[in-house]
Amino acid sequence: MWSRERGRLKPLRCGVEELRCRRREREAALRKARREQQLVSKRLLRDEALEEAEEGCVAVIFGEAEIQQFLRLAQRGTEEKEREGALVSLRRGLQRPETQQTFIRLEGSIRTLVGLLTSNRALLQLEAARCLHELSHSEQSAVVEACLPATSYLLTYLSGHSSDFIELCLYTLGNLIVESEAVRRQLLPQGIVPALAACIQSPHLTVLEALGYALSQLLQAKEAPEKIIPSVLGSTLPQHMLQLLQPGPKLNLGVAVEFAWCLHYIICSQVNNALLITQGALSTLGLLLLDLAGAVQRTEDAGLELLACPVLRGLSNLLTEAAAEAVGRQLQLRDERVVAALFILLQFLLQKQPSLLPEGLWLLNNLTANSPSFCTSLLSLDLIEPLLHLLSVSNVVLTVLCNVAEKGPAYCQRLWPGPLLSSLLDTLAFSDTEVVGQSLELLQLLFLYQPGAAQAFLQQSGLQALQRHEEVAQLQDRVHALQQIALHG
Amino acid sequence: MQLPPALHARLAGAPGSAEPLPVERNPAAGTAPFRFAPRLVRFPREHDFFEDGDVQRHLYLQDVLTQVGGAPERPRVPEFTCQVAGCCQAFGALDDYEHHYHALHGNVCSFCERAFPSGRLLDAHILEWHDSLFQILAERQDMYQCLVEGCTEKFRTSRDRKEHLVMRHLYPVDFRFDKPRKSRGPAMPGAAEQVLAETLGDDGVPSEGDAMEVCSEHVEPPPEPAGERRAYSHRIPSTICFGQGASRGFKSTKKRNKHQ
Repeated sequence: MWSRERGRLKPLRCGVEELRCRRREREAALRKARREQQLVSKRLLRDEALEEAEEGCVAVIFGEAEIQQFLRLAQRGTEEKEREGALVSLRRGLQRPETQQTFIRLEGSIRTLVGLLTSNRALLQLEAARCLHELSHSEQSAVVEACLPATSYLLTYLSGHSSDFIELCLYTLGNLIVESEAVRRQLLPQGIVPALAACIQSPHLTVLEALGYALSQLLQAKEAPEKIIPSVLGSTLPQHMLQLLQPGPKLNLGVAVEFAWCLHYIICSQVNNALLITQGALSTLGLLLLDLAGAVQRTEDAGLELLACPVLRGLSNLLTEAAAEAVGRQLQLRDERVVAALFILLQFLLQKQPSLLPEGLWLLNNLTANSPSFCTSLLSLDLIEPLLHLLSVSNVVLTVLCNVAEKGPAYCQRLWPGPLLSSLLDTLAFSDTEVVGQSLELLQLLFLYQPGAAQAFLQQSGLQALQRHEEVAQLQDRVHALQQIALHG
Repeated sequence: MQLPPALHARLAGAPGSAEPLPVERNPAAGTAPFRFAPRLVRFPREHDFFEDGDVQRHLYLQDVLTQVGGAPERPRVPEFTCQVAGCCQAFGALDDYEHHYHALHGNVCSFCERAFPSGRLLDAHILEWHDSLFQILAERQDMYQCLVEGCTEKFRTSRDRKEHLVMRHLYPVDFRFDKPRKSRGPAMPGAAEQVLAETLGDDGVPSEGDAMEVCSEHVEPPPEPAGERRAYSHRIPSTICFGQGASRGFKSTKKRNKHQ
């Protein structure tokens, strides 16, 4: 049963078209960033209720004198309320980059903030932590790196018990982590991995989601495969992560999304996937796939594709491991429900997120490549026709069909007759040599294993379809060979 | 894309699959000029194939307030006070109380009532401050445990431990939860001022030291950095400490209820 921890939508403050436009801009910026390997995103945790109450107060930029006054009041005020109020004002002000800059340049400001963070006044601690959180979210490296003196304390507090506070520390740490390698070079010896491993046992969903976020940032770092993932794999984190990904009534979407991404980053770094497999990663991801397929049928829930993506990736990559082969003999991996689930997800993605279809097809390839069992499932569940429907999306569809056909006559018989021939004649009309090339491969297999296929091909003007490509360098030889087979058997 | 109607039912059904069809390959398959062979495909981290999904992931991260929604309404309750003896802090929200409770009454030492951020630090404190057996053992073996979660190193003295924390774990030199009790040393007038300054908290917060610290230094001669100290170094008996632990004797003028 999927439950949504936070379901509130923020009221729109601008028009839908403007939002779409902004989203396109952000998407373009993210693509550019990814190509430059600078994909960095931070999470800002602001209490919505608080924010609404404070509307209108954020406009002010504070100068040195004001900041100093707030700090002094927070430190030395006589009234508890006064001290808190000063910090709250400071925190609001720190939403502005100009104020942030002024703050970090003020001598002793961070020191004071850290002192308040570690004081025994609970509410001051919280507000000080919120101030740090604002700073951690900055786009200016200097501002973020000014938070470094606080990290040992943030890590220490992860072993505490106050869930709100821990959540705040985690999001702050996550933002710091993603900032630069210099920051991570400090956090790793300070024990961030063991601290997270201890904290992951928390029963609070908000803490877990925050932890997943922080961990995903850590695992996404450039140097992660060499410097971070080995120690993560050596800790109890993977076991706990897999536990948190077990489908069932307790599975929470927000938490699962974070840890699925963590798993993906670990897996695609190829550090020690065999270990993950022994810990049950394949099995967990497989069950999760089934559960996801069930969920997409039941709800209109936004966000399931956020979980589908890393699950598809994790499974696909793990299947390439030698160790997977051994596990594959278990029933789990021969379960035809996996294929059923994948197609239900493909249909869902076709509606919700077509750009993810190639990833789904990638999994289908890895499932069927060396598995007579899954190839049989494709046939017995009548999935060839739906598969053909996706031909225009990716030529991996042709690869999958080849995976099935190459297993021999028993398989080709089930591929024939049906819509396959006309689909192939269609693809032969494409100009894309990749697509045509794959079509030719499939034709060879069909001609070889299925009596009557060549005949039918001829009757449907197959030769003419082939002629178009007689002069194309990459295709010539295969075209001629097929023409020979078709004509002379 | 139309899926066969039986598919959904199959998903909900029992695990299992039909017997795989027999595999029977012809050696001519995939031979030149043809080249198909089934292949498992893997993509490494930075591959362009992942671009779309990665971008969606990051849009989600940036967008999390709008998509997944903000924090739920904090339940407000009629004002109530903390029930712990001697604490009269008042609260209007359960979350605030939760944090207060854990910060101040959570990991509290039953001997000296100091509060600690975690069980680990509390345990270390009790051992090092209140366990006489610890002191005896410490004379003969490494007993001071590293404060970092996951590190199993132990040290002969708390100074050695601090050095380890700074050098190995990049902790700040003035890490708040590792202030050694000074058994001697600050006997010079200048040092006395220094002590008072410490009492006020070198982070500038008055009397903060009380609540959170960990270790004590017992009968530990500090390394003498220069000659001028030596004349005073044995004046103060080791059982009296001038650091954070003694701040209760050197109360600042802003006397406060230490339970707040």
